[in-house]
Amino acid sequence: MSAFKEFPIRWGMVIDIDKCTGCGACTVACNKENNIAPQPQQLERIAGKGFPTRFKKLEWLTVYELSNGVQGSGHDTAYLPRPCMQCGMPSCVSVCPATATDKNENGGIVSQIYPRCFGCRYCMASCPYHARVFNWDQPVYPDGMEKQLTPNVSVRSRGVVEKCNFCHHRWMYAKDAARVAGEDPNALPEDAYIPACAEACPTGAIYFGDVKNPEHKVYELIHSPYTFRLLERLGTDPQVYYMSKREWVRRQGDNYLENEAGPVAHGNGGLHG
Amino acid sequence: MDRALWPEGVERCSLGKFLLWLGFVGVILAAGLYEFFMILVPDGLARTALDNYFGFGLWITFDLAVIALGAGAFFTGLLKYILDIKELEKIVNLTVIVGFICYSGAMLVLALDVGQPLRSWFGYWHANVHSMLTEVMFCITCYLCVLAIEFLPNILENRKLNEIPYLHNLAHNMHVVMPLIAGLGAFLSTFHQGSLGGMYGVLFARPYILRDGFFIWPWTFFLFVLSAVASGPCFSVLVVKIMELLTGKQLVDYKVKALMCKIAGTMLCLYLFFKFADTWAWATDVLPRSGLTWDQMFNSDLGYGEWLLWVEIGLCGVLPAILLMVPRFRNTPALLYTAAILNCTGVTINRYVFTVQALAIPVMPFDQWYNYVPNWAEWAPSIGVLAYGALLLSLSYRYLPVFPQEIELNYRKQAPAAPAAPVEEPKEAEEATATA
Repeated sequence: MSAFKEFPIRWGMVIDIDKCTGCGACTVACNKENNIAPQPQQLERIAGKGFPTRFKKLEWLTVYELSNGVQGSGHDTAYLPRPCMQCGMPSCVSVCPATATDKNENGGIVSQIYPRCFGCRYCMASCPYHARVFNWDQPVYPDGMEKQLTPNVSVRSRGVVEKCNFCHHRWMYAKDAARVAGEDPNALPEDAYIPACAEACPTGAIYFGDVKNPEHKVYELIHSPYTFRLLERLGTDPQVYYMSKREWVRRQGDNYLENEAGPVAHGNGGLHG
Repeated sequence: MDRALWPEGVERCSLGKFLLWLGFVGVILAAGLYEFFMILVPDGLARTALDNYFGFGLWITFDLAVIALGAGAFFTGLLKYILDIKELEKIVNLTVIVGFICYSGAMLVLALDVGQPLRSWFGYWHANVHSMLTEVMFCITCYLCVLAIEFLPNILENRKLNEIPYLHNLAHNMHVVMPLIAGLGAFLSTFHQGSLGGMYGVLFARPYILRDGFFIWPWTFFLFVLSAVASGPCFSVLVVKIMELLTGKQLVDYKVKALMCKIAGTMLCLYLFFKFADTWAWATDVLPRSGLTWDQMFNSDLGYGEWLLWVEIGLCGVLPAILLMVPRFRNTPALLYTAAILNCTGVTINRYVFTVQALAIPVMPFDQWYNYVPNWAEWAPSIGVLAYGALLLSLSYRYLPVFPQEIELNYRKQAPAAPAAPVEEPKEAEEATATA
């Protein structure tokens, strides 16, 4: 297992589950921003050839529906958008045989080098969040859509694994803009760089920023007693945080058993808050 | 002409009958090759039942299983050439061929299983030294080369090829260095078998298979090596038995088979000791600290029940260990072969649960169990590899001196069916004189 790497900037996302309505705007924005070919057409193409389509969908950000399991009037649901967790100790990086995925850039975003990936899918097997998806078929864009593709996002070929990268190209844009304005590209102000999902969320449930920078909202949010991370006990140290005032939601975040003391308050936002 | 290629002094079926058999094998092979082509060229892996949940499926299970079963090659080579157990020379040729088939077949399937086969060499060029899969890639490639080197002298001993002085001498000299090659093979294969286990043991986010804790290796590294050497020799014995049934001849003395199985049984006992300890440590340590329970690891409705574990270590573990270790049972052919089948089944189940069940278990509490059923696009290449193995074994048996005991066991009282090969000593003596 590769060692944990520390960076001066640690981009983090805080998703307020209590605000999320499960509308899926984040998923749509993500697909659009990252040049993911329209999925109904992709899946129709696969199904049209008589091949199975279950979980062959390409989606970097999936919205899960959570339930408290109570029947009747006490029933409660919540929605949990799941991008790549950009883990501090990524389970995917140490396993990749070709170093196609790595966590080596300031900001702590787990990269994915598509032209180097040869599609062994070991990273997918290692990720408990199902955050990585495989390109089962060649992407086919409808006529005219090529004009709408995001220029600085590579179009992936068949047979490689892909994943969310916090819209890394937007960070590049933001740093360029800061340089042009004579500002420090390594001290971006709040909202100078936000991924498409955070920008598109109609309820403002997704916050984004440097979790090490006290001037960013996420710095404060990750210290909230209502903040938790998915599967913390596995030791992956995610850079995506979730918030909920509902205890059953927080307990579900890390497989807490009925009789087990739950995550009352982390307070420190994990290892690196 | 066909008869002239047979090993000296043996009898084979008619060429027509042999071609008919090859035709049957060829049809299955062709079906596999068809799917092979369709996946590699027009359709890609979309053709398979694999998906984002089950990136590893039948092919990886198949690979892991055949590589474990192919461990008879390196282990028998080690025992024969390094530890000098002479009895094993009567079966070592076959174990090498079986090993070569298993490893080359696994590599064929692996080439198919990756999304970008033309980039497979990136694993060597951009090697990630932290990845167990990198070690697997290097070791499997090197070991396949070693197996090819081990197989080559046997090919060169074909009667017609052996008449060529250069090839004759080459084969002879290769035999001389074979202990070194066997040692190298044992080293590479140990690490390869171990790394295959390590591949899963290091997945710290998948608590079903996580086994951290022994220096740089997870426990699964050693469990995979032990289970492979416990089942590989049994598989070689089963291959001999199948060949005996198909050819109607006795090819290896029962004493040798019993010895192979005794060695396998000893290894199986050792493996089971560690496997039980490992299962206990997993249940009481790994699972609780991951926030998961024993019950969460199994789902009987979808076929991932606890019964798989008990079948693996009980019915296909403890039972064959007893049958193989008690002389009275081991010396009863029916019980010996039953034990060998159970042993090989056990290791296959083990590889299956590490590959498929491990991915089926929902680690996120709001995730669900899903079933995985491989489709024809996956079965066909796998069965095609078995046909490839049958083809290679058939050709080897017919034209190469694979079984040194064959004549003794079958033709002792008969005159040699094939004409005797030219006497070679004078030629060697001639060469020696020339050199001098």
